[in-house]
Amino acid sequence: MTKKGIETLVGLFVLLGLAGLVFLSLKAANLGTFGNRDGYTVSARFDNIGGLKSRSPVRSAGVTVGRVTSIVLDSKTYQGVVTMELDRSVLFPRDSSAKILTSGLLGDQYVGIEPGADEKNLAAGAVITQTQSAVVLENLIGQFLFSKAAEGGSNGAGAAAQGVKK
Amino acid sequence: MNLVTSLGERTLDVLRSLGHATFFFADLLRATPAAMRRFSLVVRQIHAIGNLSLVIILASGMAVGFVLALQMYYALVTYGATESLGLIVNLSLVRELGPVVAALLFAGRAGTSLTAEIGLMKAGEQIAAMEMMAVDTKSRVLAPRFIGGVVSMPLLAILFSAVGILGAYVVAVLLIGVDAGNFWSIMQARVDVWRDVGNGVVKSIVFGVICTAVALYQGYETQATPEGVAYATTRTVVISSLAVLGMDFVLTALMFSTA
Repeated sequence: MTKKGIETLVGLFVLLGLAGLVFLSLKAANLGTFGNRDGYTVSARFDNIGGLKSRSPVRSAGVTVGRVTSIVLDSKTYQGVVTMELDRSVLFPRDSSAKILTSGLLGDQYVGIEPGADEKNLAAGAVITQTQSAVVLENLIGQFLFSKAAEGGSNGAGAAAQGVKK
Repeated sequence: MNLVTSLGERTLDVLRSLGHATFFFADLLRATPAAMRRFSLVVRQIHAIGNLSLVIILASGMAVGFVLALQMYYALVTYGATESLGLIVNLSLVRELGPVVAALLFAGRAGTSLTAEIGLMKAGEQIAAMEMMAVDTKSRVLAPRFIGGVVSMPLLAILFSAVGILGAYVVAVLLIGVDAGNFWSIMQARVDVWRDVGNGVVKSIVFGVICTAVALYQGYETQATPEGVAYATTRTVVISSLAVLGMDFVLTALMFSTA
């Protein structure tokens, strides 16, 4: 095999490997969907962020418009501060609300932004003031059991009182 | 008492050879810049190690992709979750099977050929002759092969994963009838480039270093007889495979711990 022939084959091999990497990144992973367009940063405070993670999506009307960049605990107000980067081409009014929702029944959690009605839009570095925390299953179950017990208790107390009276 | 003595002797032998291997590896790394200056040698080695492994890597990748798609389909159809087939095949390949299986094949195909070549050079006293002529064998013979192996391994692992995904696509969408749109879109939504593909590439680089270094060391230290060379090639495959599987566990625990 001539030297030129070998070099050509090696070049083809490396090109093939790089093409495979590009295929894997674009077609088989999420590099292509959230492009490297510049974004602007906003933050929001939640009482409970649930299972939200860094790099979770930020969606509005179901369409992904950004990513969560960091989540920290504010040690003064004990709220979770979620910083997210939104696509520069999508602007939200200043009174938009942010909720932590779950995709599907038991899927990943994401931040859903519902637009408000203000004329001015959120600027870079702004804070979303209307927030709704994630639903915590245990609290929900606790509430349900408590309300059931209260209902049964008022009936049972009545029945017990009746019984005592007898 | 003899048993205790031989146990101590064996332990010291193991430690001594571990130390010897570490020094060998350090010399190899030190000789790498000099080898990069003789780039044509490196190119020749990439051809011998990488190009000639393409056939087996691509064929195995496709076969693993076919089989993964089939088996995962049978498992998922009971839960009605067949749309996640693409995602599961992709994650299995890109995170684990791509780097590990490609490394095992690489150790078997390229590792043994490296060991045999260096071992035969040593048996035929070519290494000694070169050293007599004040040619640095580490940078002229060993380092180009090391660079060739470290460069080829990630490329081969990537190609394994890519061909595996395409093979899974053929079986899942064209043969079984899973929805093509779901196959790709769920995969694109859930597979992260840096966390999954990137970590897989890092793993394959580490495996490349391990397999190539072990192969070169075994070849360099072989006994200068045909039997010695045969023994050395066996040790190459066994030690590389065990090291790859062990490092895979460590790397997976480090990279994919839920954090």
